[in-house]
Amino acid sequence: MHHATVKSLSADLASKRLSSVEATRHFLRRIKALDSQYRSFITLDEERSLAQARAADARRAAGGAGPLTGVPVAQKDIFCAKGWLTTCGSRMLANFVSPYDAHVVEKLNAAGAVNIGKTNMDEFAMGSSNETSYFGPVRNPWDKSTVPGGSSGGSAVAVAARFAPAAIGTDTGGSIRQPAAMTGICGLKPTYGVVSRYGMVAFASSLDQGGPLAQTAEDMALLLNVMAGFDARDSTSLERAPEDYTRELARPLSGLRIGLPREYFAAGLAPDVDRAVGEAVAELKRLGGEAVEVNLPNMELAVPVYYVLAPAEASSNLARFDGVRYGFRAPEYSDLLDMYKKTRAQGFGAEVKRRILIGTYVLSHGYYDAYYIRAQRLRRLIAQDFAAAFEKCDVIMGPTSPTTAFKLGAKAGDPVQMYLSDIYTIAVNLAGLPGMSIPCGFDAAGLPIGLQIIGNYFAEAKMLNVAHQYQLATDWHARVPPGIE
Amino acid sequence: MALTLDDVRRVAHLARIEISDDGAVSILRDLTNIFELIERMQAVDVNGIEPMSHAQDLALRLRDDVVTEHDQHALFQSVAPQVEAGLYLVPKVIE
Repeated sequence: MHHATVKSLSADLASKRLSSVEATRHFLRRIKALDSQYRSFITLDEERSLAQARAADARRAAGGAGPLTGVPVAQKDIFCAKGWLTTCGSRMLANFVSPYDAHVVEKLNAAGAVNIGKTNMDEFAMGSSNETSYFGPVRNPWDKSTVPGGSSGGSAVAVAARFAPAAIGTDTGGSIRQPAAMTGICGLKPTYGVVSRYGMVAFASSLDQGGPLAQTAEDMALLLNVMAGFDARDSTSLERAPEDYTRELARPLSGLRIGLPREYFAAGLAPDVDRAVGEAVAELKRLGGEAVEVNLPNMELAVPVYYVLAPAEASSNLARFDGVRYGFRAPEYSDLLDMYKKTRAQGFGAEVKRRILIGTYVLSHGYYDAYYIRAQRLRRLIAQDFAAAFEKCDVIMGPTSPTTAFKLGAKAGDPVQMYLSDIYTIAVNLAGLPGMSIPCGFDAAGLPIGLQIIGNYFAEAKMLNVAHQYQLATDWHARVPPGIE
Repeated sequence: MALTLDDVRRVAHLARIEISDDGAVSILRDLTNIFELIERMQAVDVNGIEPMSHAQDLALRLRDDVVTEHDQHALFQSVAPQVEAGLYLVPKVIE
């Protein structure tokens, strides 16, 4: 049962071959028996999960069910869920029981999905390896000595290790796509503004976007159908007519123009990744696509620009953690200023503090124009590069990550090397475009490789179509890590 | 531009994060490396390019002037470190 996709599990629930309570119990049993070796979950709450499952079964019986009714979904611990511990991977929120639901959580609850548990993540979503979590690193089921990527590493491993058929995550610079690539599953970051940020603990508000992780493109379409939608409580939520993201899945790919940016196949790309991505493009050509060369000349600026803008926004967003209204407060202090300083020194981990300090610096008097405004100008150049490329192609493809999963600890002491592992994903967030990663092969060590598919604004249905047609012709997405039976 | 230990201490103070002397040294090393990466931005001419703060050109929405929130202060204060009589308690700031 635990290998089932969302679609097949949903069919089993609809035909009454299986109840949601049975499915939920099964996944919870697996997590309790096996997750100690991966640590993909921070919090389980069996009673709450089973109450949702019982309600879903009653709803199925009464005839009011949708595709996700009764389907267990793992939630990254960045999403506020009422009554659940919501830690964001930080000591700062290690005691925070959310008094309200995120918009995405409300939507999943309304669809009847079962919250199977809250997943581990890099602290405040700042990391590319899941090693910055206060609750310890997550291990990659393909090789437990490697990282699963980050920051949504727990959500990715929950799907890869078959602890849930799907999960939700967030992506500020690659945090859905990169862990999906490194764990052999699918992940989608929608167009900025499609999924409400309300109740998602804020990191960099002009870049943060929630999205699904699953085994197949088709399952991601089913999840996005529920997650997307206007929400007045997010000032950047887009007012658009609802879309059915499954509507184009069956369309043939004849005439699809695949843009291949020269800059995505440059120095630093692992040969095995280069080869696998090339083979995926060749397969898509057999399915009717044609390759077009495009240029993204300002790509190499994406990482520097991101490490000005994201920390600047983070330093402002994380100012709210002051030990007064919720979360951690230092046990000892002399006065108010000392309380703030000790609370933040003890409540935040090293990477979060590093980024707050970068952000505070680039926003401080005398440096604002040289760093922050300059980065915003370059951000426009990067967005314009994509706009020019999309005049020549329908989708852009390349690797999700320059390498497969690296060893735990390999980059933990070198922030710059860690930042550069997101070199192919970051520009997509800066431009606000939708991006996706799907499995497309393995390296010599047997570690999964991700194909990145980037679409124009609101092209999610087209991207899901391309991914689904590829998955009908290949079986990379159906491979299971060794030892997962 | 070369960052100094004084810069690190000043910024940490602005960010309200206590750092030790040893901590400041290792933070200086990390930030120096990160700013080397960031300095690559300076190579490009950005004259005449409008700053982009946001992926979509949006205007802030207006809404009707009606009550949308109800009083939940007891619920929200239930997760606060220290509360008394509906007030958040902090160390004394006025003598």
